[in-house]
Amino acid sequence: MTLIEFFIVNQKDILGCLIRHFQLVGISVTTGMLIAVPLGIFLTRVRRIAPLVLNFAGMIQTIPGLVMLGFALLLFGIGLLPALLVLSIYAILPILHNTYTGITEVEKSYIEAARGIGMTDSQILLKVELPLARSTIVGGIRTSTVFTVSWATLAGLIGAGGLGDLIWTGLSTYNTNFILAGAIPSAIVAVILSGLIHLIQKKLTPRGLKGVSA
Amino acid sequence: MIKFENVSKSYGESKVLKGLSFQIKQGDFVVLIGPSGCGKTTTLKTINRLIQPDSGKILIDGKDSAQLNPVELRRSIGYVIQQIGLFPNMTVEENIAVVPKLLNYPKEKWQPIVKELLTLVGMPYEENAHKYPSELSGGQQQRIGVLRALAASPPIVLMDEPFGALDPITRESLQEEVRRIQKKLKKTIVFVTHDMDEALKMADVIVFMSGGKILQMASPEEMLQHPADPLISEFMGKHRSALSVNAAMSAAEFMKTRVLKAARSMQTLQSIELMRNRDVNSMIVLNDDDTYAGTVSLDTIKSHGKAGRAIGEFMETTVPTVNLKEDARDTFEKLYTSPAGYVVVLNDDMTVAGLITKTSMAKAMGDALWGEMIS
Repeated sequence: MTLIEFFIVNQKDILGCLIRHFQLVGISVTTGMLIAVPLGIFLTRVRRIAPLVLNFAGMIQTIPGLVMLGFALLLFGIGLLPALLVLSIYAILPILHNTYTGITEVEKSYIEAARGIGMTDSQILLKVELPLARSTIVGGIRTSTVFTVSWATLAGLIGAGGLGDLIWTGLSTYNTNFILAGAIPSAIVAVILSGLIHLIQKKLTPRGLKGVSA
Repeated sequence: MIKFENVSKSYGESKVLKGLSFQIKQGDFVVLIGPSGCGKTTTLKTINRLIQPDSGKILIDGKDSAQLNPVELRRSIGYVIQQIGLFPNMTVEENIAVVPKLLNYPKEKWQPIVKELLTLVGMPYEENAHKYPSELSGGQQQRIGVLRALAASPPIVLMDEPFGALDPITRESLQEEVRRIQKKLKKTIVFVTHDMDEALKMADVIVFMSGGKILQMASPEEMLQHPADPLISEFMGKHRSALSVNAAMSAAEFMKTRVLKAARSMQTLQSIELMRNRDVNSMIVLNDDDTYAGTVSLDTIKSHGKAGRAIGEFMETTVPTVNLKEDARDTFEKLYTSPAGYVVVLNDDMTVAGLITKTSMAKAMGDALWGEMIS
């Protein structure tokens, strides 16, 4: 059976895996964002502990995904929940890192001007720091999304489904078609999501900031 | 009115402000000046409470500023910084309207203000309001920076070296504009600079600070005439020298030293070529030992010269010469009677030191009178 025939015959299963994959990525990146952005902002307010937290997060990042999944499996058993948990944790770091650096790298003169003309701390955050850090933060979300698309293939190992299912099946049965049926769509998904975020980002950037940050 | 009462501030061991007491009258343009580290910027920032003094009081219109809400206080005081600090994510209009918006002015109220202010600095609303700061020149950006400070019509405006980063020509036109606006809108302006030119040009009152203390607070005129401290005289150096121009200036100070010279054996065509290349119409002729021999102009070559002759044969010796140390006044007289319109300046050993033309003379006098000019 050629690859194309394989895709046609198994389109329903592949589509199902693809949708599940999107769900895994979508939910974990969103969760990661909801944790990382506020945490990143918080760290810019208490900069003394920031290196500690960032280093800790970086350390977690270096633990192989397989090991983390193993732990999650031991603690929470098989299924969607442990997979989402692990993926969310991995999704946090790039966003956290970029939120923190994005805000701390906003030029001091803008902050001084903002404070000097009478903005409150939260107005400075909302009107100056976040808009100026936005492209960096969105960059973090983009990195996070691309990584999560590939990490999510591991989730198949603990029964969370997704394109990983096809890949693991293929690996255990020496069936190249299965492997490619998982790998090709996941690569395409990564490229498409990355491009999409980039496009949204460009659309949202005011003219005044274009060329200032890529 | 702003009144400092015994205001002190330290950072760790170092005392930045040492018991400052002074008053700023309403409607005055007050310039804080002094060497770097003298505490001028710190003083400025204590007014809108960007910096809290350790002790002492600052009264604004009789109210202790420490009792006021800092955010509200800052909204009622304009603030301009050197780095301009226009928000790059906002248009010109949004930048100017930022304080009125913080104060919840409705659009019907702030938009006319924006239009009026832009007109005030000659930047028409239609053309400029929807540009972003990155689309403006440095000078235009700082104009908008000033307008942002004025938008909620604060009676007091603080400016922290606002023109420090601008080129001299732009700086000058902004100085004039700000001065004009200040007079027109009757603002009290407190202005920090380290540039004495700027201080003398702008100030009603100059506050000279050093080491966290005020050395002198006086009008520019008074400070020029009676500087209270050697440091102040030093700061005003060239401006004070304007008061004693007459004293002992010599020919050397007026001359230009880049002069076209040629040996007397040089031939006609070659010397014409040389003068054309340098875009001049006369040059100095030297003897073999480099001493001054005479001058030759394109006109004399044309009337007397033939190709192949040496310029020494028909050079002129009618141009007046002066010694390097000749008194400026005598030199000036010789210059005006010189048929060629210039005077040759000679060293003691009769070699050529330079030329004095009417242009070089005028420039040197201007420098002496108004300080070093932009060449």
